[in-house]
Amino acid sequence: MKNFAAPGGKASSIPLVGREVEPTLFEMSVPGRTSFQLRTTGVPKTDLTELIPSEHLSSQVVPIAEVSERDLVAHFTRLSHRQFSVDLGMYPLGSCTMKYNPKFCDAVAAMTGLNGVHPAAPASLTQGWIELLWTLEQRLVAITGMAGATLQPAAGAAGELTGLLLIRAYHESRGEKRTRILIPDSAHGTNPASVTLGGYEVTTVPSNDRGLVDLAVLKESLGPDVAGIMLTNPNTVGLFEEEIQEIAAAVHDCGGLLYYDGANLNAIVGVMRPGDMGFDVVHMNLHKTFATPHGGGGPGAGPVAVSERLVPFLPGPRPTRNADGTFGWVAAPASIGRVHGWHGNALVLARALAYITVHGSEGLRRVAQHAVLNANWLRVRMSKFLPAAYDRVCMHECTLTATGIKSKFGVKGLDIAKGLLEEGFHSPTVYFPLIVDEALMFEPTETESVQTLEALALAVERLVIRAETDADSLHAAPRTTPVSRVDEARAARSLKATADAS
Amino acid sequence: MADYIPHTEAEVSEMLDFLGMSSLEDLFAHIPAALKLSQGLDIPAGVTEPDASVLFNGYAARNDAAGLLCFAGAGAYDHEVPPVVRALGSRSEFVTAYTPYQPEVAQGVLQAVFEFQTLVSRISGLPIPNASLYDAATGMVEALNMAAGTTGRSKMIISSGIHPHWRQTAQTFARGTGHEIVEVPLVNGITDWSQVDCGNAAAIVVGYPNYFGVLEDISVARSLADQHGALLILGADPIGAGLLKTAGQWGADIFIGEGQPFGTALSFGGPYLGLFACTEDLIRRLPGRIVGETVDTEGRRAFVTTLRAREQDIRREKATSNICSNQTLMAVTAAIQLGWLGTEGLREVAAACVRGAHFLYEQLLEVPGVTPVSDAAFFREFAVRLPISAEQAIVEMAKRGFLAGVSVQQLCGETDPSVEGDLSKVLLLTVTERRTRDEIENFVSALREVVSL
Repeated sequence: MKNFAAPGGKASSIPLVGREVEPTLFEMSVPGRTSFQLRTTGVPKTDLTELIPSEHLSSQVVPIAEVSERDLVAHFTRLSHRQFSVDLGMYPLGSCTMKYNPKFCDAVAAMTGLNGVHPAAPASLTQGWIELLWTLEQRLVAITGMAGATLQPAAGAAGELTGLLLIRAYHESRGEKRTRILIPDSAHGTNPASVTLGGYEVTTVPSNDRGLVDLAVLKESLGPDVAGIMLTNPNTVGLFEEEIQEIAAAVHDCGGLLYYDGANLNAIVGVMRPGDMGFDVVHMNLHKTFATPHGGGGPGAGPVAVSERLVPFLPGPRPTRNADGTFGWVAAPASIGRVHGWHGNALVLARALAYITVHGSEGLRRVAQHAVLNANWLRVRMSKFLPAAYDRVCMHECTLTATGIKSKFGVKGLDIAKGLLEEGFHSPTVYFPLIVDEALMFEPTETESVQTLEALALAVERLVIRAETDADSLHAAPRTTPVSRVDEARAARSLKATADAS
Repeated sequence: MADYIPHTEAEVSEMLDFLGMSSLEDLFAHIPAALKLSQGLDIPAGVTEPDASVLFNGYAARNDAAGLLCFAGAGAYDHEVPPVVRALGSRSEFVTAYTPYQPEVAQGVLQAVFEFQTLVSRISGLPIPNASLYDAATGMVEALNMAAGTTGRSKMIISSGIHPHWRQTAQTFARGTGHEIVEVPLVNGITDWSQVDCGNAAAIVVGYPNYFGVLEDISVARSLADQHGALLILGADPIGAGLLKTAGQWGADIFIGEGQPFGTALSFGGPYLGLFACTEDLIRRLPGRIVGETVDTEGRRAFVTTLRAREQDIRREKATSNICSNQTLMAVTAAIQLGWLGTEGLREVAAACVRGAHFLYEQLLEVPGVTPVSDAAFFREFAVRLPISAEQAIVEMAKRGFLAGVSVQQLCGETDPSVEGDLSKVLLLTVTERRTRDEIENFVSALREVVSL
């Protein structure tokens, strides 16, 4: 094998100086200090008690903080230095698709012609926005092989619930009362939580020893009370459900619908379409596949695309192109209604369209191909010291297991994950999916170079050696980060969720 | 075509060699051929960034609303977002981080969210905030679910003074939860509780101010909630915290609010920020994430997401909510914006909005044919009935450089329990601290012209 070892690829700069605690904004406050500056309006300064009845005016001042602009900048800049990010180093967090977020897409979202638009402004004054959203809807429909879409859901989980409500509306429109949704045991936790909120019961379908849906068991679980099945494909261990056509046929035969959880769409975008696999509902996580930045936990966007028979039920209003070429809003005939206060996370949607526009069909295909190449290269490269849970070609992520080093040296998957932080890499996803013991799930994405993958592999190899030679140091890792391991039990036992809590 | 893939052709060959493969297609060889696209996707070929920017400049240029002086509100407000807040809120360490699953390298986001939570708690007057929800509309749905779980009941009494889109969103999600939603009409802009049966209600939901800007006496709703064992959910304008009584002071069990006024641009409606806080009693049913203070192994203060046993990845179908990604970046930005405003700044913004809105209101009532929808006291937003359709007025005012407000018919549809009679002529207006006396006076002159066309 060619040696790809090269410097770089990992974070090497945090913390900059020392490991002191950063004070809170409130601890920095000095009474009377300010930083705000507002317009000089010239509006008469009428006594507020003449405008607002006294029973509504509070006698107490709500304390915020009292800091100078200079201190504000220093505080949040220092906080930013205590934060790992994609821009800083590799973030191989499985099932999260933490790829590079192109700055071009941020620049699009920063255009005042887009971010300065009020959401209730009439269609005649927002033609550009509606055209943008309409175009994105067309692109997402083409990418998924579906017939229509809604852009309103604000994140993947919101998309899941929206999709389930669409499935419910479809069955109800046919006068059918179905009560169960099937979910593989490897599914993301949002799936069963959404099913409950959608008014359905969960039936869990076990995986077979190849990490895939057990078709025989699935068929036994089907019946006239099954509304549908939620699948992630490739699934959450990073493997493609090869029998998806048989699964789809079996579910459709009993009158159920297939829901595609798009969390892993990055593995197949431009190569395959969920619609061609037989899916009826697809949600996409634009903050994964289409590279919109994740913001430390949102905003995301979770558009839902559907097959022809579900289009009449889509949330609305939806963007539409009128016969005269102008753009407007329209509600689907049997719409389930609105699932967001306005039109969805519009600036996230604009970023995603920018990403799709730059890539085009061939670029998106290359995304999936290189994501899968990277994951497989990493799987094989690391299998020399950390075995894969399933020894076969994976898709965009690979699930490894620390079972061996745990039984031999008492070092757990979590210890390896924490040790990796000392090496300048973000941890992989640990203990998920639940069906793999001591799971470590790595998703390198297509935007990391082979030199970075090699640096990661060398780091993991060093940790595996350390597990044998110096297990204690791994139990205590990380030691070089802004804080060491935190006492999670204490946080839950005596909750302090605000600076004011005792 | 462009992309952000670093691999050279030589590297791809070497990586495939290592895998014993000869082409990228081999990576997908185990997948049934029928599932693979033989041709490309039906989307345009990729273009370079500079080429794409021409396209997006075009979209931006076709949004005439962006250049107008804004008098529209309805939950989305044109507040000052200073360069310092934009600079800090767009730091890539915050923007390109994931959910803080590894607290040792996520103290930046965690501490910022802790500070945000502290501010939400103070603004709401309630002790238990969460780390954010998508927006106020979906936040209200979470609050309803919390009330249902707490009381074991499913009847939701919602004042029609609650923003029409929040109510519409609640109706949608009730399809899954089976909640019965009762909308209570307004009379003279104030919730008329007299005809509603609150028996067996899980929650009573009221706006403060309501979406017409009217300040209702919340103690009426509180008494009803006490009488029937329901939770009181207050949907409040967070700018109100600069002057008005908080949700906690009114005795609310749950506060929800739209956090957009704290540092987020109008953004065509998203991403916004769902604010949420509740009493201690309700903590085990809190939706979404919450950050708590703790210590690390060396005794230093540290922050971590906590009470995780409620959440979807652990509780699965028994979770309190399905929410995973929320609106963390907007929460961090809100903390920065509030840090910039400070105690005095929040009061000044609230006062400027109140004064500006009342200044506009007084002058608008001088315009022939313009009448108030309610004579009740209002905060920073109000509705008037025009002699012409609101939609037409907005279009005509746009030609004169103003976004004149929001058509209530556009928000509600043909009829709504919040308005008695025809609502096509009802216009909702607001004034923020960014509007000057000259702008307001010019606005009134323009409207005088428009209604007499």
